[in-house]
Amino acid sequence: MKTIDEKDTSINVLLVEDSPGDVRLTQEAFREANLSVRLHVASDGVEAMAFLRHQGDHVDAPRPDLALLDLNMPKMDGRQVLAQIKADDVLKTIPTVILTTSASDEDIAKCYQLQANCYLTKPVQLDAFDNLVKSVNDFWLAKARLPNRQAE
Amino acid sequence: MPIQVLLVEDSPGDVRLTREAFRDINAAVQLHVVSDGVEAMAFLRHEGAYPNAPRPDLTLLDLNLPKMDGREVLACIKADDTLKTIPTVVLTTSDAEADVAKSYRLQANCYLTKPPKYEDFAALLKSVNDFWLTRVMLPQPRASA
Repeated sequence: MKTIDEKDTSINVLLVEDSPGDVRLTQEAFREANLSVRLHVASDGVEAMAFLRHQGDHVDAPRPDLALLDLNMPKMDGRQVLAQIKADDVLKTIPTVILTTSASDEDIAKCYQLQANCYLTKPVQLDAFDNLVKSVNDFWLAKARLPNRQAE
Repeated sequence: MPIQVLLVEDSPGDVRLTREAFRDINAAVQLHVVSDGVEAMAFLRHEGAYPNAPRPDLTLLDLNLPKMDGREVLACIKADDTLKTIPTVVLTTSDAEADVAKSYRLQANCYLTKPPKYEDFAALLKSVNDFWLTRVMLPQPRASA
């Protein structure tokens, strides 16, 4: 049960990512860039949807302020997660950033068709990856106006 | 390779600031300016004065515009299968939660509030350039429908 009226200044970011290495890099990057970020991790599409719908183990999951979504994952891939998010009136306002190794034109086109907010290709190099996550923080969590936490 | 940016903005002062900012930050940007929502849709649909308009790689969209406001333009863009893949960033003086919520509901790719001070506005445009025009993978331009 959430405490009523407790002013919560943390920013909830949902990372949907099956690679433990990339999860760790992302966690470290956010830890360095922004102490307000609470990073929640789902390692496949099924878990991501359960988190977003407050089902199963995720009954008390906070609504993410931002979702970072890998594409190639077991059980349900990121394209399906994206489609479900954007077809859902309550979930579709969550800014959803694709963060994937894929640089294929086909994947890029498909994700924008499905209304991904933006698409980023993960660099291979560690420093560049760290840099990219920080740029996500700098733009989405410091400059952009995000929709209010409360679902309408 | 030029980057086509469509700016939908009715304030001449803000247009000028934006032009100057992009000129300083990114010489590859070709900035196209329309000053109301009707012009914006004509540009995007290659109608009227714009039969040869390039497809934007990015659209910066003010909300409060004459003739057809930015909220309507956004709704039209996102209802159009050909246009909806153009990343559309709302860039407005409005800080109203209702406008933010509505824009995201209409699937704006992102929402930015224009800061009142020039230096901050220029810095914001720089961050738009740095994120959207150098890091983001933008959709490939499609042949005109």
